[in-house]
Amino acid sequence: MEHTSGFVLPNSGHSRDDEASKLGMWLFLFTELLLFGGLFIVYMVYRMLNHESFLLSSFELNVGLGSFNTVVLLVSSMTIAMAITAVQKGEQQKAVRLLVTTLALSFVFLVVKYFEWSAKIHHGLFPGMDYYNGLPKGESLFFFLYFIMTGLHALHIIIGAVIIAVVIARTRKGLVNKDKYALAENAGLYWHLVDLIWIYLFPLFYLIH
Amino acid sequence: MSSVSTNLNFFEAKKGIFSWIFSVDHKRIALLYLYSLITFFLVGVTLGLLMRYELLNPGKDLVEAKTYNQIFTLHGVIMIFLFIIPSIPAVFGNFFLPIMLGTDDVSFPRLNLLSWWVYVVGALMALSTLVFGDGPADTGWTFYAPYSVKTGTNVTMSVLAAFVLGFSSILTGLNFIVTIHRLRAPGMTFLKMPLFAWSLYATSWIQLLATPIVGITLLMIAAERLLGVGLFDPSIGGDPILYQHLFWIYSHPAVYIMALPAFGVISEMLPTFSQRTIFGYKAIAFSSLAIAFVGYFIWGHHMFTSGMSGTARFIFSILTFLVAIPTAIKVFNWVATLYKGSINVQPPLLYTLAFIFQFMIGGFTGLVLGALATDIHLHDTYFVVGHFHYVMFGGTGFAFFGALHYWYPKIWGRMYNIKVANVAFTIFFIGFNMLYFPMLIAGLMGMPRRYYDYLPEFHLPNMISTYGSWVLATGLIIMLSNLVAGFFGKKPKVGRNPWNGITLEWQTLSPPPVQNFDRMPVLPQNGPYDFDHKPVIEE
Repeated sequence: MEHTSGFVLPNSGHSRDDEASKLGMWLFLFTELLLFGGLFIVYMVYRMLNHESFLLSSFELNVGLGSFNTVVLLVSSMTIAMAITAVQKGEQQKAVRLLVTTLALSFVFLVVKYFEWSAKIHHGLFPGMDYYNGLPKGESLFFFLYFIMTGLHALHIIIGAVIIAVVIARTRKGLVNKDKYALAENAGLYWHLVDLIWIYLFPLFYLIH
Repeated sequence: MSSVSTNLNFFEAKKGIFSWIFSVDHKRIALLYLYSLITFFLVGVTLGLLMRYELLNPGKDLVEAKTYNQIFTLHGVIMIFLFIIPSIPAVFGNFFLPIMLGTDDVSFPRLNLLSWWVYVVGALMALSTLVFGDGPADTGWTFYAPYSVKTGTNVTMSVLAAFVLGFSSILTGLNFIVTIHRLRAPGMTFLKMPLFAWSLYATSWIQLLATPIVGITLLMIAAERLLGVGLFDPSIGGDPILYQHLFWIYSHPAVYIMALPAFGVISEMLPTFSQRTIFGYKAIAFSSLAIAFVGYFIWGHHMFTSGMSGTARFIFSILTFLVAIPTAIKVFNWVATLYKGSINVQPPLLYTLAFIFQFMIGGFTGLVLGALATDIHLHDTYFVVGHFHYVMFGGTGFAFFGALHYWYPKIWGRMYNIKVANVAFTIFFIGFNMLYFPMLIAGLMGMPRRYYDYLPEFHLPNMISTYGSWVLATGLIIMLSNLVAGFFGKKPKVGRNPWNGITLEWQTLSPPPVQNFDRMPVLPQNGPYDFDHKPVIEE
């Protein structure tokens, strides 16, 4: 047996590959879309079957707060996109400021969501509560879907916020920089997806009549 | 990390349990999967033997009706989610995909380790229903509503386990797609990839795009049980048919997650044991993608009797028949590969031939079930059970054990006893057909599935089937002990290429070194199965 020491494969799974990590993130986003897709199908079917009560229930939601949160998320998507551009240009400080803004906006979203949810729960609209159990079928389905879909979305916001916090820490240390920014880009991709899902949730629950 | 090169094989490189369970080496992760899978497989087999024993005679032999329901549910959950979905991709895909592509690992080695850990957590959750709560679910592995919402058994934990296991499956699929795109050896284009890699590529896409739907559906079952919302239970306003649709949107493509990797393994073993190029390389490669694609649109054939419009049934039936075309293309190409080859009859080839024979029975009975009129008669009979086991066990199961015999010398660097392996195969093969063929007949006679009891006229096929299960178990025990004995035995080490194979894994040492290759792998000139220009492999 001959030994060729120092021999290195050109295509190693352990070497850095930004394209691979972005491809991986895109594939992961597909699975996220399909995860919500299952819920969207259920929403569509039950909306068709219970058109009237879905309409009635949607009046219970606060369109003002919903619109505010939509703007918050859209702006946060913009700030994270600007942060990535800043990183690519080598403007670390500016990038950190923009990322912190994004993180702050995600908190704003969650706080507004918290007040919206508490108001509904205060009215006894959470699944399992007495008032909820007395609702007609269509309305109880509406609120169930409202809580499960916005809840799952809020969970994604929280995960996204954690990821952004990690990116902030790494950018400050210079571990994310103009030669190495795949992590920031992936965080951005994820954040845009979370934003995009809200863009569909908002009209489905608050707006369409 | 990869700059230091060593020719220590991957077993010797590090020692201790932690060097295994926290290893990011794809070869070690593959073996972690192998040992856990085989363990769960044996649990599943035991449950299957218990069921067959109960069905030996009409009336109660061993267990109560409810216990029987729990046994077949757990058998299904273990065999589907813990064994056959991860089986070939997680074990042989993990071990050999990077080596066949000429690289040293998958694209995301740490994610790979995570997916094993997620698998273990999911497996423990599934098995915890045996001990905690009100016993394992008794719904069947499909968790059909409304019963899954109403039953007192521990359905919630079972569906959460399936959700977690699905997550593990998604991570593996994602890793493989990126690996195939990014880490092929220089000069290895997509159309010069081994067919095993092609089949894993198609499988991974299904894992990625279908699994999330069943994940969210199962979560909805859990939510409905916990919160009492009428999603699927009609008595509180839900729609049980919607559940069936959502479930099968995933679970039908999932049978291709189980079958496609087996096609890949078969496409590797046939050229090696015929010593000639595979017939119709492109046809086999693209038919995998075609199966993956068409497989998405045929879930409705599980629901012909559930309440669907005539038009929908008609369309689902036609699309079901369409899947038979790419599958038949593969079978014809495999048989044509044997033609004028120098056939070398070894245990892996025997499993391959058994696969083709049994998979054809499974495939044809599938067409019988895909046809509307015959399905009305055969729906929910033992014919379906027989069909499913012919495809999954006779197909994928045999391919799995064939692959184990094929790559055994590469993984452990030793050879098992060939004669004993042949005997074990023969017993296993006879037992398998004794076990499942009578089920097809009992089903045609009208015996319904999922009952712990049956009418006296079904006694004969059930008796043969139960005896068959004992023959099968005997074969399995001999086969596995032979493999274990080969591992501990004093047989001399094998060289790099005991089967005279051509794909890249046969160019490296057995077992492979940590970095997979001790010298630059050489691609054959014209495609992966170019036996006319096989690179010379020096020991």
